[in-house]
Amino acid sequence: MKISIVVTFKKDVLDPQGKVISQTLKNMGYNNIINVRQGKFFEIELNETDKEKAKKIVEEICKKLLTNVVIEDYTINFK
Amino acid sequence: MKITPEIISKHGIKPEEYKKIIYLIGKEPNMLELGIFSAMWNEHCSYKSSKKYLKKLPTKNKKVIQGPGENAGVIDIGDNDALVFKIESHNHPSYIEPYQGAATGVGGILRDIFTMGARPIATLNSIHFGSHEHPKTKNLLNGVVLGIGGYGNCMGIPNVGGEVKFDHSYNENILVNAMAVGLVKKNKIFYSKAKGIDKPVIYVGSKTGRDGIHGASMASVEFDENAEDKKPTVQVGDPFTEKLLLEACLELMKDDSIISIQDMGAAGLISSSVEMASKGNLGIEINLDKIPCREEKMTPYEMMLSESQERMLLILNSGKEENAKKIFNKWDLDFSIIGKTTNSKNLVINFNNKEVANLPLNSLSADAPIYDRKWKKNIISKKLSLPKNIRSLKISDCLKKILMSPNNSDKSWVWEQYDHTVMGDTIQKPGGDAAVVRIHGTNKGVAITVDSSAHYCLANPVIGGKQVVCEAWRNLISVGSDPIAITNCLNFGNPEKDKIMGQFVETIDGISQACTYLDFPVVSGNVSFYNETQKKPISPTPTIGGVGLIKNLDNMITKNLKEIGSYVLVVGKTSGHVYQSEFFREVMGIRHGPAPEINLFNEKNNGLAIQTLISKKFVNSVHDISSGGILLTLTEMCISGQIGAKIKFPRNDISPHEYLFGEDQSRYLIEINEKNKNKVDNILDKNGIHYEMIGRTQKDSLDLDEEFSIKISDLNELNTLWFKNYFMEN
Amino acid sequence: MKSSIIVFPGSNCDRDIAVALEKFQIKNQMIWHDETILPKSDLVILPGGFSYGDYLRTGCIASKSRIINDVIEHAKKGGLILGICNGFQILIETGLLPGVLLRNKKLRFVSKNVFLKVINLNNKFCLNYKKKNTIELPIAHIGGNYFANNKLLQSLEDKNLIAFKYCDKKGNINKNSNPNGSSNNIAGILNNEKNILGMMPHPERLIDPLLSGEDGSIMFESLLKSQL
Repeated sequence: MKISIVVTFKKDVLDPQGKVISQTLKNMGYNNIINVRQGKFFEIELNETDKEKAKKIVEEICKKLLTNVVIEDYTINFK
Repeated sequence: MKITPEIISKHGIKPEEYKKIIYLIGKEPNMLELGIFSAMWNEHCSYKSSKKYLKKLPTKNKKVIQGPGENAGVIDIGDNDALVFKIESHNHPSYIEPYQGAATGVGGILRDIFTMGARPIATLNSIHFGSHEHPKTKNLLNGVVLGIGGYGNCMGIPNVGGEVKFDHSYNENILVNAMAVGLVKKNKIFYSKAKGIDKPVIYVGSKTGRDGIHGASMASVEFDENAEDKKPTVQVGDPFTEKLLLEACLELMKDDSIISIQDMGAAGLISSSVEMASKGNLGIEINLDKIPCREEKMTPYEMMLSESQERMLLILNSGKEENAKKIFNKWDLDFSIIGKTTNSKNLVINFNNKEVANLPLNSLSADAPIYDRKWKKNIISKKLSLPKNIRSLKISDCLKKILMSPNNSDKSWVWEQYDHTVMGDTIQKPGGDAAVVRIHGTNKGVAITVDSSAHYCLANPVIGGKQVVCEAWRNLISVGSDPIAITNCLNFGNPEKDKIMGQFVETIDGISQACTYLDFPVVSGNVSFYNETQKKPISPTPTIGGVGLIKNLDNMITKNLKEIGSYVLVVGKTSGHVYQSEFFREVMGIRHGPAPEINLFNEKNNGLAIQTLISKKFVNSVHDISSGGILLTLTEMCISGQIGAKIKFPRNDISPHEYLFGEDQSRYLIEINEKNKNKVDNILDKNGIHYEMIGRTQKDSLDLDEEFSIKISDLNELNTLWFKNYFMEN
Repeated sequence: MKSSIIVFPGSNCDRDIAVALEKFQIKNQMIWHDETILPKSDLVILPGGFSYGDYLRTGCIASKSRIINDVIEHAKKGGLILGICNGFQILIETGLLPGVLLRNKKLRFVSKNVFLKVINLNNKFCLNYKKKNTIELPIAHIGGNYFANNKLLQSLEDKNLIAFKYCDKKGNINKNSNPNGSSNNIAGILNNEKNILGMMPHPERLIDPLLSGEDGSIMFESLLKSQL
């Protein structure tokens, strides 16, 4: 089972990279950019068929390693 | 929203304080006003527990231009040049999120420097962690070092010195003290005092977000009940924006547009607006509709209490707004006229055409509570007899153990992660007694050091306070500079406990005594209280940042041994005080006992003599004798010079261990060429200074007569092992 | 000799290189990244620092600046370009130099002096290194790990386009002397025409005996000499 995870800064946290990318795009002529957020993408392939079990494992992985829970959030997607 | 006792308490305001608020403003505050009081009256902004004692510190000498009370202290270094410097703590955030806590700590101290018109030319850090065996230490150390490097390197300011210490008292409360030094022309210093009525108040820098608004942020509960766990308690630093802010501010400061300027640090917009107006005895009116916001639908409470980083508040001369705006826009920074100065002596805040807060400024600053907290004297250890087995220990084994201990290991693992040569003026890099940075375009230099000795302070706060000032002074002398002034960061536990308050009071007493005697005043600093977890306080840790002037860099001196066959002298008397020494703590595991005495007369006398020897070029190298005593000090001189020495005990009234490892104060190790020996002896004799010749330099190895001979390369290997092994990077 | 230093938001070694140029009496101008016209120059310098905070990819956003078009034109006409550290990263992002600069192998920022072997002496930047071709210069970077695939590496070696390699004190090029894991210990490379040099070490930081050395000076002497 393949699970993808996107980790970004929490909604209220400053995202310095996203801010600069957004400004650069505007400078390059893309005038309808409202906002850009940068994040990290992970794809985990699990040897597990039960979706609920897999979700639990991945949530644990996110909290224990992939995410800095003080300032980051994660979203999980099943392929 | 109704203000309940619970809300008041969540804002950190005691019931008596709340009563005082009502008395001062003549009404019950609304939620926003309560938030404003909670920011201004908290310990960090008001210094309510420490103010009474901080007043005892000497803050002036002939070279001090600005003492405590401004964003940073300022000293005169001649030729219309001045140095701006300060040290500050960012302890609690660094424990929660070490990278961002340390990074934003660096950001904050840099803003304190350039807000006064000075281009930062150096940073230093004093960082303290728990025992290396504590499960959290490795991650915290790694995160803090990465954070300091990540922010400072991006800003392009050299990190030239510091210290890293480990002790179990910091297990649950690490310390991150960040210092910065900047260079400014004496006639171009900017202050924070507002002047003139109806002058535009300008916000520049990053947009305002919801950073740093804690659980007490009641106002946002109205919008979203789940807001709580989405709120970050640590801000993310953006060094790129701060670099832009630095350049934009310095560009605007070239002319006379700015009346006053202050950075938005702790308590953000609140503290900057209140302080600027209060100092100028004026009022200030702010229109929150004009605040550049990063998030939508921010409430007045959120906008005022936000601790978003990389923002400054300016008061401009009328008519200068357009030009200033151009400069900030060029650097891609937000620029907004958010208010004006008034003659009302009040803080007035408007939002959506309504007045949402109106408070007399005095109530927030001048009339803030000042406490005279109960304190009790610390119990001092009496002098103890030595353990019987001390002489059975092989001296070489003791030396090796000390060399390999985390506190005494070579720290290049840390400082090689900091750019220390950017700006092209770093004359002495990290690792020496003090860093030396050239004043750009001249042949003058500034010597900078940062020091602490918490274990001495714990044993005896008065002596500890004296000692740490003396050590900073000695370090500056050792590189050939004239010490001028200090900045201090006073890190303590909970001041509401009389024992801790006693440590604070007595440490200040010690610092005052040494500063006064040495003409080495305090020009800036901060106090960090409440460094304790579950009733376990940290050891009292005053951190001193010292600054000295080298008028001509030709007279600078370093600690590395320079030639073979020269003499090695111990200047200053050795009585062999081993309690609280590295020998006792690291090798014998003995952590109790009295701190070494300080004799201020000898301290000054010895230091001035060393200065004379250096200025007459009679010495090859100098290193002050501090932790580890004579033997570790000499080992460091050998390793850095790649030259050995052969020494023997000059006396037999104390044991070799006491002689070599004792941490008696006010001493220096000097290397002198044969041809200068008589001249040196004459000067020391003339000044009544005790000294002993202990040996001569030689190739390759450090030999203690009839005891051991160890190759310098082996000593170096031992000294660089610890960090590599700890992080398993070889 | 006339030079132009391009200053990007976040550049922080621009003053350092200006000081070095002034010391060698090379007439210099500072050019803001947003200008469209590059003044007539013999030498263009892309300085070190953290342009745009190194956000997204190091040097990437700077490579999209308005002035870059003129810089590329300058290169096409045979003008000299020196990219130092972040400048080297920008040259790679613009395509003026091949390969890629990755994060240091140990993933940490490294600030220290290193030894370098000057490999190609036949270019205007390195002429004077004939007298001393094992030199010492400071590095200060986290993304100096030069990577090129085997084909490109072979081409660089064959065409003698590698300017500097990390070595030890005695000039031996080996794994221990490589501070960041770069392929073949590469510290700096030239383009085919040898008018563009990208290098990670900072020559402008070692032009003064007080700063513990002058090996950087030799590069500026070479540039001056090349004009005669």
